[in-house]
Amino acid sequence: MSGRMIVAGASLGGLRAAEQLRAAGWTGGITVIGDEPHPPYNRPPLSKEVLAGKASFDSLAFTPKASATDVEWRLGTRIVSARLAGRTVELDDGAVLSYDGLVVATGMRPRRLRCPGPVAGRHTVRTIDDAQVLRDELIRPGARVVVVGAGFIGCEVAATAVGLGAAEVTVVDPLPLPMVAPLGEPLARELRRRHEERGVRFVLGAGVAGFEGGDRVTGVVLADGSVLRADVVVESVGSVANTEWLEGNGLDLSDGVLTDGQLRVGGRPDVVAVGDVARFPNARYDGVPRRVEHWSVPTDSAKHAAKVLVAGDAGPAPFAPLPTFWSDQHDFRLQSFGAPALGLGDIRVLDGDLTGDVLVGYHRDGLLVGVVALGGLSAARTAARYRAELLQQPALTPQGALS
Amino acid sequence: MKVVVDMNKCQDHGQCVFSAPDVFRMDDDGRLAYVPDPDDALRDEVEEAADVCPLQAIRIED
Repeated sequence: MSGRMIVAGASLGGLRAAEQLRAAGWTGGITVIGDEPHPPYNRPPLSKEVLAGKASFDSLAFTPKASATDVEWRLGTRIVSARLAGRTVELDDGAVLSYDGLVVATGMRPRRLRCPGPVAGRHTVRTIDDAQVLRDELIRPGARVVVVGAGFIGCEVAATAVGLGAAEVTVVDPLPLPMVAPLGEPLARELRRRHEERGVRFVLGAGVAGFEGGDRVTGVVLADGSVLRADVVVESVGSVANTEWLEGNGLDLSDGVLTDGQLRVGGRPDVVAVGDVARFPNARYDGVPRRVEHWSVPTDSAKHAAKVLVAGDAGPAPFAPLPTFWSDQHDFRLQSFGAPALGLGDIRVLDGDLTGDVLVGYHRDGLLVGVVALGGLSAARTAARYRAELLQQPALTPQGALS
Repeated sequence: MKVVVDMNKCQDHGQCVFSAPDVFRMDDDGRLAYVPDPDDALRDEVEEAADVCPLQAIRIED
């Protein structure tokens, strides 16, 4: 097999795509292009073990499979545009590369707050470089930390900052409870209690209007005019898809890149998308295309997409992963299987009770669609028992294609 | 096939157990136990287990 596959993006999704193209039988060239200078590395520890200094930055590097040792890596290189009709991409160094197949794996970048005030002292946590700079600031004695955004990353960073001995850690969010959008009220309420018990302060139902300070930030101004003193600000307010380079090809880029049920882009047999940039319909559920920012998605989607790209139309059954995610905060872990966000209207405690190790079930039309465990290892074990049940559930609607 | 798990990295997520139940299991204390020299016929599932390990603690040697 001659020709070349181009993988756009050199994080987990890009690495797995390269490996899975080989596993699917592609013997031609593979070029992986990524804008970070680092070879692929594991991001979840950036807000936890690595930020806490319990693991080294060097420990994050993925070890590529032996089958992928002949892959060409172009790191520190950005793709500026693509012409899908002509099968070419243009790089920021001016080079134009042609391809036989293209994998879109360019992922997300942190959304930034657009408020008046200084920029220095405000951080995000997406890359190794982000985490290194943030760690240096968090370990300054007496640091007052304000985290904007009470989602998973914000709450993980807050927990890590408390563990590092920060003088004050405050989490601000316009919603009434932390992590309430993905988890629903019962767990979110309990998570707030556990965080507060361990030293995190929450200012909820509050928007950020701006930042105070001269050369660098000294305070966060809330919408009601009050000010939280801050030496370090972490912005964890969602993410933006890296799809600008795909503009001009008639694609739906309204939220990531839209794919069909086989992860194909724009109805083309030669372009697929993987990882959190892909907005795909999951045949396991309701057929509504969604982006999924779980760590498991790049690996699952790369495996499927590589087969589709190499095998052409004779692809496998539609992509239907069972989503899974975890989050470590303080001394407890959240472990989820399935799609809790699809069952927020019917939440039941399935095992244990909310103040201890607990397993919560999320239902739609009476059907279990997701579980979340909170607590120690025994809670996670209970969640694992429900995983098999979730795998057996029928698709939610006729738009889902599982029989 | 030789399998090595870096137990300093492992945090007992158990994802490997779903991928390769013949090789990995959680013991009664919820800690990982595994077969260090599984049959080569299990290579695909062990590779899958290594892929899905959140801590990337599983290494396949030879």
